[in-house]
Amino acid sequence: MRQGNPLLWIGGALMFTLALAALLAPVLAPYAPNAQDILARLRGPSWAHLLGTDNFGRDTLSRILFGYRTLFAISATAVLGALLLGGTLGILAALRGGWPGRTVMRAMDVLFAFPIILLAIGVVAVLGPGAPSTGAAIGIVYVPIFARTLRAPTLLLRDADYVAAARTCGASGTAILLRHLLPNLSAIILVQASLSLSTAILVEASLSFLGLGTQPPTPSLGRMLAESRTYLALSPWVSVFSGAAILLASLGFNLLGDGLQDRLDPRLRGA
Amino acid sequence: MLAAALRRTAELAVTAIGVSVLTFLMIRLIPGDAVQVVLGANAEVTPAQIAALRAQLGLDQSVPAQYLAWLGRALHGDLGTSLWTGRPVLEEILPRAGVTAELTVLALLLAAVLAIPLGCLMATARRRWADYAIRILSIAGITMPSFWLGTLLLYGVAALAPDAQVLGWVPFREDPWGNLQRAALPVAALALPVLASLARVVRASMAEAMRQDYIRTARAKGLPRRTVVLVHALRNALLPFLTSFGIMAGYLFGGSVVIEQVFALPGLGRLMVGAIAERNYPLVQAGILLATLTFVAVNAGIDLLYAAVDPRIRRA
Repeated sequence: MRQGNPLLWIGGALMFTLALAALLAPVLAPYAPNAQDILARLRGPSWAHLLGTDNFGRDTLSRILFGYRTLFAISATAVLGALLLGGTLGILAALRGGWPGRTVMRAMDVLFAFPIILLAIGVVAVLGPGAPSTGAAIGIVYVPIFARTLRAPTLLLRDADYVAAARTCGASGTAILLRHLLPNLSAIILVQASLSLSTAILVEASLSFLGLGTQPPTPSLGRMLAESRTYLALSPWVSVFSGAAILLASLGFNLLGDGLQDRLDPRLRGA
Repeated sequence: MLAAALRRTAELAVTAIGVSVLTFLMIRLIPGDAVQVVLGANAEVTPAQIAALRAQLGLDQSVPAQYLAWLGRALHGDLGTSLWTGRPVLEEILPRAGVTAELTVLALLLAAVLAIPLGCLMATARRRWADYAIRILSIAGITMPSFWLGTLLLYGVAALAPDAQVLGWVPFREDPWGNLQRAALPVAALALPVLASLARVVRASMAEAMRQDYIRTARAKGLPRRTVVLVHALRNALLPFLTSFGIMAGYLFGGSVVIEQVFALPGLGRLMVGAIAERNYPLVQAGILLATLTFVAVNAGIDLLYAAVDPRIRRA
């Protein structure tokens, strides 16, 4: 890694820019996301509206910036929740073992057996469409993924010499977990979280596209794309830019995760 | 082999039971009273109607009794009745499932057929910049939202060939050519992310296979490079490819649920999304159960196939 990894840098720069843009949306956006300009409907890109306008004359750039806020807030909360719950279950299943560990992992297998979108649709069907249900749905989808990803390395670490040494020295279970296990798991957690965010963004956008996610008037990229399709023949710009915005966000996290994996996995380093 | 197959079958049964329990619990987990939620839109509801719907959804018994009764009926092919049409949900689902299955299978085949040569080609990249370019492009392919790609394809075709029949659906039996014409764009949109993903798998396992001792031996024997790559390396590299098939099938099914909206296709996905809006819970429940059990079976089949192909797993 003498020259640095371009994937890491491109992904990192992309995500930093998008996150900053989402954070500063109220300052950066040239218009309010729901402000209508009836005289400038379905326009292409121009100096007044850099990415054009939709069928209500709303500014696409402003709506994308605010749409990113919704997208990132839901995806990040869901993945963080899944990491805390799934990660804890996976680590405990590895440390405890025995029948409780096996039962937890069998339950994870059952959740994992559902195709992602189908599980998410089931959760939304139960809770009703909307942003909180979408977040819960995505969170539940990723719980078994984090449990599985963290269980295997914890099993290896559990039997490592330095963990045995710490235990012999009388370190408590919590101290071993915090001081010896978590630092060694952090690379895996970081990579998996980044890759999960990349797909969580696509799931959130898919659910919004189906009308099951964030409800109007909150701007959402998936719903923007779905609604703009009616006017595709008149003006494709909203479809083009809202979809590209989804792709960029998912791509950024995936490049970041892939780059981190190279950087942090000692087995791959220098390979 | 037999012991492994038996153990795998037992694991499969546990997963299938777990899937059925979770799917069954769906209606019970609805916050508040499912019956009130279903009837909520209708103000003039008599207590008799409420009791009837409660009995129909099986909500008038204890939860384990409800589950066993539901499972018993499901095993006899009775997955419940649609709340709106009054027809058995299976009758509504089966004609729709064919469309989704066709899209999923065609996209998987297309992606698999193209992924092998593409992955091999990608594995031959030597230069550093070429390696990074391939990785960035393949990640861009993987993260491509298929519903966006589908929308763009639809726009492109409408602009270039306004007379092309690209929307709607004709069953294959009625008009094979018309069916394939209408399937082409959704299949292409679905296949791209899977193609990128599978090509990466082929590339990684080809690179891994080329480092093995038997490749050096084959080279040392003086075999032509083409034989070494295609016969010795590729055959071994295809194993990880096979296992990712199951995951991709599940992924494609989810993609199909979304792409059916883009191309207005009468598949299972559109049926289920519509059912959620109508709070037609038996239909959603049955759709999720049938589709998930299909994927559990597909993955189990792939595991067995994998064991049959790889002697190391067979003997373990």
